[in-house]
Amino acid sequence: MPKRKTRAKPEPEGEQESSTRPFWSGTITFGLVSIPVNLYPATRSVRSSLRMLGPEGVPLHRRYFSPETGKQLDDDDMVRGYEIEKDEYVLVTDEELERLDPEKSRDIDLRLFVKNEEIQPVYFEHAYFLAPAGGSVKAYQLLAETMEKSGRAGIATFVMRDKAYLVAIFAENGILRAETLRFSDEIRSAEDIGLPKPKHAAKADVSRFEKLIKAHAKDQLSREELRDEQTEELLKLVEQKRSHHQDIVETGVAEHEPEKVVDLMEILKRSLAGKKAA
Amino acid sequence: MTARAIWTGRLKIGSSGLPVKLYSAVEDQGIHFHILDAKTKSRIKQHMVNPETGEEVPPEEIRKGYEVEPGTFVLLDDEDLSKLEPKPSRDIEVSRFVPSGHISHLWYDRPYYLGPDGDSDDYFAFVQALKNEDREGIVHWVMRGKSYAGAVRASGDYLTLITLKHSEEVLSDRDLPAPQARDLSEKELNMAQELVGALEGELHFENFRDEYRDRVLDFIKAKAKGRKPRLHPLRKKRPTASLERDLARSLASLKKEKKVA
Repeated sequence: MPKRKTRAKPEPEGEQESSTRPFWSGTITFGLVSIPVNLYPATRSVRSSLRMLGPEGVPLHRRYFSPETGKQLDDDDMVRGYEIEKDEYVLVTDEELERLDPEKSRDIDLRLFVKNEEIQPVYFEHAYFLAPAGGSVKAYQLLAETMEKSGRAGIATFVMRDKAYLVAIFAENGILRAETLRFSDEIRSAEDIGLPKPKHAAKADVSRFEKLIKAHAKDQLSREELRDEQTEELLKLVEQKRSHHQDIVETGVAEHEPEKVVDLMEILKRSLAGKKAA
Repeated sequence: MTARAIWTGRLKIGSSGLPVKLYSAVEDQGIHFHILDAKTKSRIKQHMVNPETGEEVPPEEIRKGYEVEPGTFVLLDDEDLSKLEPKPSRDIEVSRFVPSGHISHLWYDRPYYLGPDGDSDDYFAFVQALKNEDREGIVHWVMRGKSYAGAVRASGDYLTLITLKHSEEVLSDRDLPAPQARDLSEKELNMAQELVGALEGELHFENFRDEYRDRVLDFIKAKAKGRKPRLHPLRKKRPTASLERDLARSLASLKKEKKVA
């Protein structure tokens, strides 16, 4: 299913125009204090580096067609539908989805603060950096400093695109980060899966494993160990073929226009520093 | 309900091995929409198209390439790609045990359970040992032609395995500048501290339900019956004008709530 990019998003007042739009724009509220923010993904995908090409090497584009008329469809010719019976759909617009719960579509309302370490790792889904928007730097700074000092994370639910999320807001190094969490009914329990009932472990077995753990214990994990070696191998092969002038096609058609290749880090730095994104 | 294992392997620590089964720990509860042709209300088709000629290219004629310069591609065929696949193995290799909590949330990707495969004595002994040592194992393994890194942890009485993102995928906040406006006043900081303290509580995940999902489904049901359900108006929010005033008012209203309760 294609993702629709043309979603009407709420824009905070005084939001500066930038060529790289944030993932979500909204407001964090705690008490009566509201902080307009922009959300940027804290991760980037690097795997999708291969392009699909035609027989002559022309980069191909994905296009959408009507099954009946065979006509090519633009964004405006497509709607979202929920299948209630086979081939029978209820149409739902972006505006309707937003108006089902407009407050949650715009606000991350922090009504609960918990100890950072209280959230178990299985719940974490996606991470986003938050940048202040529309002159909210002072309130942003205040919330970040307060949360960081007390080691607390703020919890809320909010709606982004067409889905509600449970979210935890963390403060680290003066920067607020939103991490979406799974709802508890999305997490299976050991009973759901049917894992065997826990057994009392024999002391000797436990201490044998403790020794093994101690023998392989290290206090650090380097980023080096989490390198994507598979992609590195792919790049090596690409370079090898290139240096041998092997299997190269020059199409004169750039898949990406150079000026559109933007560094996410750069955008984040600029918006955190309160500068206009280039 | 019992779930089927999606993979079986062996957790390998040094020369010791622990036979395990891998189960997904998450269950998708999302509402899925289809993209339809607005005129005919039937599901759209997608094709790969040559943008210059508008011609559709059938899947068997599609080639894959890596763009080394704008417009220049190095072609990789199926043989190249299968050579790049890591060697298949059933070993989930532990490289090290790091202190629990050492890995930032940012790295976590998808959670799985590891269950015992066959005899469970060693399995539960290992869970206990991980708890006693308060560590989690960093592991590497190959599953279905892809290599993974993950963290093996004790969760309750069982083992979970959470895949970790690659270092290229995670942006480091160390390189980011923290937003700085001016120095915050002592008073503002104290009030904010008090406000966070007043809102402090314990986290009970089961108290948070996805109510929005229910609203969307109810809305769809009503629409299917030909009704026009009412929607809420969209309103704009005013940003905070005076931090100190808003903090003071928030604290006052919280205190009032507490008195009533």
